[in-house]
Amino acid sequence: MRRLPGSAKPSPDAPLVLLGRQGRRRVVMAADAQALALGIRPGMAATQAHALVPDLPSLPADPAEDAAGLQRLAQWAQRHYAPIVAADPPDGLLIDATGATHLAGGAQAMLAGLVRRLTEAGIQARAAMAATVGAAHALARRKANPTLVDSTAGALADLPIAALRLPGDIVAGLQRLGFEHIGALEATPRAPLALRFGPEPGRRLDQAFGRRAEPITPVTTPDLPQVHRVFAEPIATAEALALWIAELTRALCAVLDGKCLGARRLDLLFHRVDAGIAAIRIGTAKPARDAKHLARLLCAQLDGIDPGFGIEAMTLAAPVSEPLDFQPAASRLGEAPVADIAGLIDTLTNRVGQARLYRLAPVESDIPERAMHKIAPLAPPTRLRWPPQWPRPPRLLTPPEPVETMALLPDNPPVQFTWRGLRRRVRRADGPERIYGEWSRHTAERDAVRDYFQVEDEAGQRFWLFRAGDGTHPETGSHRWFLHGLFG
Amino acid sequence: MSDARSPTALQALRARIAAIEAHGQAPRGVLPFGVAALDASLPEGGLLRGALHEVAGGGQGMLDASCATLFAAGILARCPGPVLWCLTKADLFAPALAQAGLDPDRVIYVEAADDKAVMACFEEGLRHGGLGGVVAEVARLSMLTSRRLQLAAERTGTIGIAVRRWRRPADAADFGQPTAAVTRWRISALPSAPLPVPGVGRARWLVELIRNRAGECADFMMEACDETGHLGVFANLAHGSLAPPAGQRQAVA
Repeated sequence: MRRLPGSAKPSPDAPLVLLGRQGRRRVVMAADAQALALGIRPGMAATQAHALVPDLPSLPADPAEDAAGLQRLAQWAQRHYAPIVAADPPDGLLIDATGATHLAGGAQAMLAGLVRRLTEAGIQARAAMAATVGAAHALARRKANPTLVDSTAGALADLPIAALRLPGDIVAGLQRLGFEHIGALEATPRAPLALRFGPEPGRRLDQAFGRRAEPITPVTTPDLPQVHRVFAEPIATAEALALWIAELTRALCAVLDGKCLGARRLDLLFHRVDAGIAAIRIGTAKPARDAKHLARLLCAQLDGIDPGFGIEAMTLAAPVSEPLDFQPAASRLGEAPVADIAGLIDTLTNRVGQARLYRLAPVESDIPERAMHKIAPLAPPTRLRWPPQWPRPPRLLTPPEPVETMALLPDNPPVQFTWRGLRRRVRRADGPERIYGEWSRHTAERDAVRDYFQVEDEAGQRFWLFRAGDGTHPETGSHRWFLHGLFG
Repeated sequence: MSDARSPTALQALRARIAAIEAHGQAPRGVLPFGVAALDASLPEGGLLRGALHEVAGGGQGMLDASCATLFAAGILARCPGPVLWCLTKADLFAPALAQAGLDPDRVIYVEAADDKAVMACFEEGLRHGGLGGVVAEVARLSMLTSRRLQLAAERTGTIGIAVRRWRRPADAADFGQPTAAVTRWRISALPSAPLPVPGVGRARWLVELIRNRAGECADFMMEACDETGHLGVFANLAHGSLAPPAGQRQAVA
């Protein structure tokens, strides 16, 4: 709501509420954080809110627009995170992350990234990932943010029963009987509960604990390049699936060809006989329209698919696609063509994840730990180099390991040092190479100094040691010694 | 030994065997070390491209394999094209590879979850054919996997280097097991030559060629890779009588 354009945009410093009608009353439908801090609660009468805060800025609530916005958000999440996403009115998104976390670098990274991006867009978001929809729904609203749980039953036990998606009167009734937490409700016999409250508590409990299936119907984005095939007989074998994947990719590539596009993401949905949907998502480093290559990427992910009693339809869609431009293989006549490794990068990315495939580019920093950053494997060459004067070890210990040394202050290398219980006599040494803390990044490093030495022991093993501090001034460091790298 | 070097009949035979072996495969080049003694001990006069090579650290460097890593980096620095470096534990410090001549713009790192995934990435890289070389840091290398890797490398002509690293010294016994790799090297640190002034000179390595298909084992004392990835020969031995000239000693391993 704060993203309205122009003069209609409410001030970010003032509280804001949305007013709507409930029957014949005008009530507060939603309130932002500042309004909540002033004591205004959703469901409060509008007159009462105005009495609390005299000139309270308010806007009319528009449920239809809210639903449409949630739908757009679901489509956005589907493009960026997972093939199966559904809007969960009034304020939630359901994302089936199975088979899609690998592109985001794992489940934890996906949750953190999702919350960060939503927060940057001005949307307060809470996220949780669990084995069932019910559990994730409850945890996202009740637990710290973001949450990733392995044991659904354990995480649910101490949540209040209001987290179970039950109607308000049932929750009130259960609370009157003394049920506070889901764990207690779960441990109670079902029959008396069903007699008193109907089937609803049992159904919600079963959904939360995964005893009852809860299929998600994913949002669909119109005019997305996609192809759909329905089979006469359900298929279940890997060979048959691979055959149809090849057929679908061929058809999709023909669609993409007509639009001059190449796919960056592909979603393959398997519609099972039991109304469940399984999904595969793959990503490519560059827009691709090579049916064989795409089919190979999809088939590599087939292991995680459970066909159940059979698959009766498949949908292949390209949620993210970009214009595909062809480039000549060699820029000059007679020059050897540069091999295209985008295909290999795709295969590896879909195997290990995007975050685990990278190049390291130099960063202008003297602190060894900060001397590099990860860039995309196919990023253009940076042509940056590390300064070559001082030798650097091929193995870096993170964090640096403290060693016991005998050394003369202020600037002599150690005579001997003990690392991991082994004492080594230093035969030759080079240094110090003084590295100053980066006061511009962290104020704590304003006076910090490290003196690096390259030392060689009697066996010829070389080590990269440093002393925290310049050896004279106590404010520059603790004057303890650390081993930071191994030259071999 | 002397017979193996002089007559042309044996060399002609080797060439014929090589031609039979190379049937239907990509032409395999050779990457010379540029050090006469080293190249002479390898039957093709250099490191075979389109083959799997094994490198491990020796002595105390067994667990970190630092020297072995630089040795591998020096080899790849001299192969054109992008390089895939597969690892499980990201403790590699890229500036050191750059100092061994391996351009940071050329190296693509892939951080796999376990040894199995490293092997899969390794094989994928060798199979692709567009890379200059592939390195994988692995603990276990079975005959079966190494055979697969060797075949993948043969088909595309990409050089594959398995840097063997173990978590515990006891695991290193695995290094004695046979694999399909064409050569197997062990690199350990040697004390460097004393300088006339305080300081540390160029590192020296004991380069042991433990396994050498169609050739003999040998070991060499070498100066570590320079900034172009080339090994150096000792200019003058500090203790002249200690060791014979590099390359003429026979392996004992």
